[in-house]
Amino acid sequence: MILPALAFYLFAAVLVLAGMLVITARNPVHSVLFLILAFFNAAGLFVLIGAEFVAMILVIVYVGAVAVLFLFVVMMLDINFQELRKGFLRYLPAGLAVGAALLAELGLVISGWVYAGPADSVRAAPTPESVGNAQALGDLLYTQYAFIFEASGLVLLVAMIGAIVLTLRSRKGVRRQVIADQLARRREDVVAVVKVQTGEGV
Amino acid sequence: MENMMDIGLGHYLSVAAILFILGVFGIFLNRRNVIIILMSIELILLAVNINLVAFSVFLHDLVGQVFALFILTVAAAEAAIGLAILVIYFRNRGSIAVEDINLMKG
Repeated sequence: MILPALAFYLFAAVLVLAGMLVITARNPVHSVLFLILAFFNAAGLFVLIGAEFVAMILVIVYVGAVAVLFLFVVMMLDINFQELRKGFLRYLPAGLAVGAALLAELGLVISGWVYAGPADSVRAAPTPESVGNAQALGDLLYTQYAFIFEASGLVLLVAMIGAIVLTLRSRKGVRRQVIADQLARRREDVVAVVKVQTGEGV
Repeated sequence: MENMMDIGLGHYLSVAAILFILGVFGIFLNRRNVIIILMSIELILLAVNINLVAFSVFLHDLVGQVFALFILTVAAAEAAIGLAILVIYFRNRGSIAVEDINLMKG
């Protein structure tokens, strides 16, 4: 009983700490690395609570794709990040005020909420007891939510095409190899034999 | 102590709430740096996912986890498009400071 609780507190503490460092780190590369740490610890929390599939997807999608994308962009753009940190202290009071207000509101919600009586009877998809988490999710995802599942696939496709279209550029002044032109060259078009008389130029 | 060691829904909701607030705070704190703002949005979405999964497990209803998967999808698409826009903006203007992004102000 005590071990899962300790694991929860460990994951939660590291998660919150990493989240804090994401927004305060001086170097954006460190921010991305702390974001990866936060994702790993969130995945740990998910495993702890019994949602293994979402945990694995979190590691694969977020750490493997999104965070690495961030890392690429941060490292590829040549930006003076010190310049961007100038307003850090100026915006601190406003941020603290909004954060405190949100914390108070969420604290009230978390301390004051109660189970609705009929909540147990209106489940959309009760968790099956006999099968594992991944199989149960798959059973649900490929039957009841098949259309939404395909729609999310379309969202990813549109995002992929959008990202490619946005970042693709045709640079001017780049000399590329044109194989058709090379093959179409004939000797008589490009080579001329000239008899040069002695003492005269071509 | 008994309550501390008995992890329930409230514990997970607290962690998610703190993470959400950190995300919002990060947006305010790094008002000039779009990359950190995008990372803060990722933190917020992660907090939402923790909420959904926690409710899903404690209410024995799988739909929450299905929804978390869809949020993951949308978050990945959002990050890809956002970073692509960032890259071409930097290519055109040589800066990503938020206050320089005012071409559409008129």
